[in-house]
Amino acid sequence: MRIVFKTDYMQDIRPWKDGFQLSLYLILLAIAVAAPYLLDIFYLGELTNVLIWAIAGLGLMVLTGHTGQASLGHAAFLAIGCYSNVILIEQGVPFIIAFPLAGLLTGVIGATIAIPALRLHGIYLAIFTLALSILMDDVIVLSEPITGGVAGKYIAGVDLLGLTIDRWGTPILFYWLTLAITVIVTLGYINLLRTSLGRSFIAVRDSEVSAQAMGVDIAKTKTVSFGLSCMVTGWAGALMGLYSGAFNNETFSVVISIQLLMMIVIGGLGSIHGAFFGAVVIGFLPQFLSIAKENVSAVFGGGSVAIPGLEFGIFGMILILFILFEPMGLYGRWLKIRTFFELFPFYRKDMFKRQKSYLKTERLR
Amino acid sequence: MSLLEIENVTLKFGGLTAVDDLSFSVEEGEVFAIVGPNGAGKSTVFNLISRFYDPYAGSIRFDGHDLLQVKPSGVAAYGVARTFQNIELFEHATVLQNLLVGRHRHRKTNVLSEIFFTPSARRQEIENREKVEEVIDFLDLQAYRDKMIAGLPYGVRKVVEVARALSTDPKLLLLDEPASGLSVEETTDMRWWIDDIRRQMGITVLMVEHDMGLVSGVSDRVLAMADGAKLAMGTPAEVQSHPDVIEAYLGHAA
Ligand SMILES: Nc1ncnc2c1ncn2[C@@H]1O[C@H](COP(=O)(O)OP(=O)(O)OP(=O)(O)O)[C@@H](O)[C@H]1O
Ligand SMILES: [Mg+2]
Repeated sequence: MRIVFKTDYMQDIRPWKDGFQLSLYLILLAIAVAAPYLLDIFYLGELTNVLIWAIAGLGLMVLTGHTGQASLGHAAFLAIGCYSNVILIEQGVPFIIAFPLAGLLTGVIGATIAIPALRLHGIYLAIFTLALSILMDDVIVLSEPITGGVAGKYIAGVDLLGLTIDRWGTPILFYWLTLAITVIVTLGYINLLRTSLGRSFIAVRDSEVSAQAMGVDIAKTKTVSFGLSCMVTGWAGALMGLYSGAFNNETFSVVISIQLLMMIVIGGLGSIHGAFFGAVVIGFLPQFLSIAKENVSAVFGGGSVAIPGLEFGIFGMILILFILFEPMGLYGRWLKIRTFFELFPFYRKDMFKRQKSYLKTERLR
Repeated sequence: MSLLEIENVTLKFGGLTAVDDLSFSVEEGEVFAIVGPNGAGKSTVFNLISRFYDPYAGSIRFDGHDLLQVKPSGVAAYGVARTFQNIELFEHATVLQNLLVGRHRHRKTNVLSEIFFTPSARRQEIENREKVEEVIDFLDLQAYRDKMIAGLPYGVRKVVEVARALSTDPKLLLLDEPASGLSVEETTDMRWWIDDIRRQMGITVLMVEHDMGLVSGVSDRVLAMADGAKLAMGTPAEVQSHPDVIEAYLGHAA
């Protein structure tokens, strides 16, 4: 185990533990930047997809992982981000303005929707947001003149600083754009977590009563969390639109909402790493499954039988296994493995066992 | 003028009168204890001060402000901090993070400066840590500062809750049964800490406590309650020997 002696407050405030950890993350970033030279175009596209899901995951993580408000409706905000980005571009707004604006708009809409949702807890909030997601489909169909309705919308490439960025034409540029946005969002998230606002999110998540007693305004904090969460989700939605090139009312269905929530649960709630781990699982699961299927049919014959909903079913099964055996998600598993190696051979099996949790002041709820 | 003035406060839960026309005031710099049998309404008094409930009648004033005019989150802003009988820590955060939440009332930055971690956000973080480290030193929590609450033993949690309340830099500290569930040694520590909180930090303490040893050891004045109403008030010795108080406790035991 590396023990860091702290001699300065900044050592505690800065996001990395020591030079070693910082260099690991810088190497990871360097590899990510160099990825177009390391991967073929197909896998670069897949990686881009993973990053977009990671951004969406970061968005939902703010709300669900850190503020403790479950949302089964975030596909609605993906849709708002996607549509507003494309509609703004169609109106002649340059991408460099349209894109941030799309996120901001989604954030404002999200914060507004949060106001009636403030009184709802747990399962009721989940149902409310689920309804939002279902409603979004109809809203898109009904506002056909703006959204293109069932026929949907298309977007080829966008212009950014004189470059054409297009998922098919210039996949490397599109990847770098996505990577840059991922890095910016992640840095903002890290900063959030080491300052008052992020800590007040955690406070609201873990105990509303004592958060209030510490001077945290619950309603305001939840509204800001909704706003930030939806803003980032809106950006992910805008990128998804550019990535797929075509979308309609069914692109951002309830299934996507559920998938997004499952993703951050599997990745590990309440951590930035969790959003990335979850995105890797969701991004590569289809590939993994198709390879597995080929092998299975190679052994047992029977050709390639298409089983509808297989992916989703397997995803659900993984989720159930995680909730049962590893509630802290992949990130929790990773922490355990790391601790095992750091402390080797002193690791104890019950090191991460929870102590008995003490009675909470339920009466005040 | 007293620091905290509670006048004719009544609170009913349905048919149950949890606090019944209660009046008392806490002077600046004293340690004031509330005692009484289970269900007497002691914690409810704290929750009224924290504005979790609106009283049915009466007034609560703190340091010249009418507390009934503010939201629950506004109470801390005036300098009132508290602990909870059942421990309400932020379970999935470290001790340090818990204490830093206590600094929330001093927040001067906003969403933007925090997300971009501007120099002002950095300055504020350093300020927060200076205060929090002081509290960590004071309550001997160095060994736990980076530990998750979820893994801490009960006795340490109790201390962390006091630490979190102190991190807010309060004028008045409300302690709801600070010694319940603590061992004899831990209770002795708590006794000296409460003394130091009053003497060194100059913080007024209002506490609810069943341990009469602790109560008579640290408090200047004691209020005895039963069924939401005042039974007796005075020095610890006066209250302990008051016939109504003896009656209330024995009556409960029988
Ligand atoms: N939110 C609530 N709703 C209904 N009844 C309540 C509520 N909170 C407290 N009570 C009731 O009010 C009375 C006073 O409760 P309170 O918690 O203030 O007692 P206490 O003096 O703190 O007792 P203890 O020593 O057990 O902590 C009790 O009869 C309790 O059941
Ligand atoms: Mg009580």
